[in-house]
Amino acid sequence: MKAKRYAMTMDTKRCVACQACVLSCKAENDLPDKGFRDWIVQETRGEMPTLSQENRSERCNHCDNPSCVSACPTGASYVGPGGTVLVNQHKCSGCKACIAACPYNARYVHDEGYIDKCTFCMHRVQKGEEPGCVDVCPTRALHFGDLSDPQSNVSEDLKKRRHKVLEPERGLDPHLFFLV
Amino acid sequence: MLNRRQFIQIGAGTAGVAALSGASTNWWGLDKNPLHDPGTEGEKIIPTFCELCFWKCGVLAHVKDGRVTKLKGNPAHPLSLGKLCPRGVGGTGLLYDPDRLKTPLIRRQSKRGEQLFEEATWEEALDLMANKMGQVREKYGPEAIALFSHGFGGAWFSHFFKAIGTPNISAPSYAQCRGPREVGYYLTYGQGCGSPENIDIENARCITLIGSHLGENMHNTQVQEFADAMANGAQLVVVDPRFSTAAGKARYWLPIKPGTDIALLLAWMHVIIIEKRYDIDYIDKHAAGFTELREHIADKTPEWAHVLTGIRPELIRETARFISSFKPASLIHPGRRTTWYGDDTQRARAMAILAALLGSWGRRGGYLNTSKLDVPGFPYTTSYPEHRPQVDRPKPSLYPLADEVLASGVCDATIPGTSSYDIKAWVVYGTNLIQCLPNPRQTKKAIQELDFIASIDVLPSEICGWSDVVLPESTYLERCDEVWTPDYKVPFLAVRQPVVEPMYNSKPGWWIAKELAKRSGLEDYFPWKDSVEYAKFRVTAAGYDCDELQRTGVIVGQGAPTCEEEGLALSFSTDSGKIDLYSKPLAALGFDPLPQYTPPDEAPAGMFRLLFGRAPVHTFGRTVNNRFLSLITNDNEVWVNAKVARDLTGVGILKTGDRVVLINQDGVRSEPIAAKVTERIRGDCVYMIHGYGHSAKGLRFARGRGASDSELVTQYKVDPIMGGTGMNVNFVRIERATQADEAGATRVREGAA
Repeated sequence: MKAKRYAMTMDTKRCVACQACVLSCKAENDLPDKGFRDWIVQETRGEMPTLSQENRSERCNHCDNPSCVSACPTGASYVGPGGTVLVNQHKCSGCKACIAACPYNARYVHDEGYIDKCTFCMHRVQKGEEPGCVDVCPTRALHFGDLSDPQSNVSEDLKKRRHKVLEPERGLDPHLFFLV
Repeated sequence: MLNRRQFIQIGAGTAGVAALSGASTNWWGLDKNPLHDPGTEGEKIIPTFCELCFWKCGVLAHVKDGRVTKLKGNPAHPLSLGKLCPRGVGGTGLLYDPDRLKTPLIRRQSKRGEQLFEEATWEEALDLMANKMGQVREKYGPEAIALFSHGFGGAWFSHFFKAIGTPNISAPSYAQCRGPREVGYYLTYGQGCGSPENIDIENARCITLIGSHLGENMHNTQVQEFADAMANGAQLVVVDPRFSTAAGKARYWLPIKPGTDIALLLAWMHVIIIEKRYDIDYIDKHAAGFTELREHIADKTPEWAHVLTGIRPELIRETARFISSFKPASLIHPGRRTTWYGDDTQRARAMAILAALLGSWGRRGGYLNTSKLDVPGFPYTTSYPEHRPQVDRPKPSLYPLADEVLASGVCDATIPGTSSYDIKAWVVYGTNLIQCLPNPRQTKKAIQELDFIASIDVLPSEICGWSDVVLPESTYLERCDEVWTPDYKVPFLAVRQPVVEPMYNSKPGWWIAKELAKRSGLEDYFPWKDSVEYAKFRVTAAGYDCDELQRTGVIVGQGAPTCEEEGLALSFSTDSGKIDLYSKPLAALGFDPLPQYTPPDEAPAGMFRLLFGRAPVHTFGRTVNNRFLSLITNDNEVWVNAKVARDLTGVGILKTGDRVVLINQDGVRSEPIAAKVTERIRGDCVYMIHGYGHSAKGLRFARGRGASDSELVTQYKVDPIMGGTGMNVNFVRIERATQADEAGATRVREGAA
């Protein structure tokens, strides 16, 4: 069996920018008040009455070439199971080099001093559950799965739908795909 | 060359992921990278249902060490289907709100509204309340006592008040919210849309929203179905002066001039009828009054509507053709808060008639037949006493088609001598009347006329500050309520069961009602020990298994056919026994039997129509103190059109973030609020999220945040058909906020004002 490569697809057509994913993440991961591992962007373009809008639920892109991991001087940022980019909080010195290196602004300083970010809820995934944001989403806009499996929901999404990633020109090979 | 991930992949196949992922980056080379588990999984997971709004989704509460760690959607519950909206997730923010009412409060020396209380025991507070209510009953009759109630826990109090013998039991959710819609559809089809609404968004091929901002209004199942429909290729038409989140998904967004929806609806009908695009067989078979309708719309051309609505005639034609091309699975969403302009029942009628032309009532993708599980009521041996008629209409001829008590009417009748008898005592359960009734000044004036007023709530909202006795109820996560068996396309039975023990000195509603009854000589009406015994009796009597229900939180039944496609035979309990396109009952009462367009008042020079709505993370003002939900939105903004903002009279160039105040036509000046300059709204109106601008001192988080739309709603137009209060009839001008404005808000925020 091929090694897993976890990824997420985010359907901008389904999303209504309600923020349930953000709050579910905060509750699931018991985050400090100022800590956010995911967030909503609602982008409106054009002039009245010709307007268009895109809703995105954003988080760490769990890149294949993670600039944060390269930037980390202590080895706290690492590539974990299924290609997820994780932080070992015990090794983290809180130097913020990873924050500077991440073009997605996916990391923040936890109240306890270490750098925190989305884990794709690996503690849930390992139990066979979906990440907290995916689990709650009332519009089912978020899919989580294994990109190495051509039959997985995320592989199917990418086959069927037009999609994009953010900041593709940086060559980080992000694994959060926006279905447009 | 291998990149890091490829290296891990190759390695993982031989030595296991955990070991190697650590080894590859392990700087110290001593320990593995442990997967951090935040530890929020419950030791117990208890099903119940939500009360952050009134959709009442099934919730699974995770409890660990006696605390609720997180709330998840119950997959078995037909209204949540395993999902929650942000508010549902934030129920812990209510449960653990440090500002909760913690013990009974009695106002002794202070004046009403001064928000000064003495803490009391339950004995003292209940004795006093029963005594005061008894005095009013004796002196003026039981009808002089009114109950205002919103929320599922209100059932115990409705029962108690019926036992007292008063008909004046009202909820602002009728005359201030969905009432006009219910009456409009009732007149047309012989039934209203109910809650949850009887609509099939999921299977609609085209959805038309008239001012509804689904997605900002987060009724969970509707939003789930909306997303599914969009994903399945359904088309969307949004009629809204504001480019809502839903409008962002629409094939057509029609930025209509506020207050002119009926003109658009009539012009759509004109096109659909003249071009014979309606469901001819369906109308022939099921509808009455088509000839009158055809004559009525003959001159309601798109050109006629263009002048009124601001929408180009060709676009009106195009959208009419578009909407009708998907019939019968072309859903005109009936909306929810429909109290806008005072002609709201007629607008609901126009929507209902348009839906009939599309043949969508009783059809898949339209309006569905619902059913309900048969759960016998508790076998009380006592019946409710006779009473005088309700007092909410100053003359019996007014608002003849209101089929619930008007909260605003009961408030008005509290001013002595204005109705058939005076109201002398209010009990307010779970509804902040200061924010939800129009014109708060009038509400406060009425309160001053009362012999007694009590509030039962979980948070010290403004209405508590105006009360003589305040009783702290336990939150929905701490109590067992009435069993719920709504009408829905899938009938079900749900229980709300306590997840944790009541905090502080709070008590569940059933206990409060029972104790009050005991002190009022009405204990016979509460023959059960507690709500659990009561609920178990009903569930068992219906033949369901209580243990299973406690375990699952919900029992789903077998539904009746929901639409013709499933074998439903359409029938209508209307005047004609058919769909009443033309309404004889309306004609007989002197109202327009077919919807007429009435022009809205024009904004005075330099002023904008004030519109308000919902944010997905909040339910009115009820959740603004919820610190968890407020991590997302803790303030409201006023939306101002970008072109208008380039040169705003008296202001100059207005930018997003600029602090302004709104001053309404009666000179009421709002709290300071940030401007949001945007292309997303017409230039003749402004918009804000409802429920901000709290002044209650006890709401230590919410007080002084944002501006109150309620305070600016000093004018309202009453719907002559059913008494709904149209509240979108106020105008504001914009000024820059002064230092004094900001200082005032700061004083409120600091609890000094």
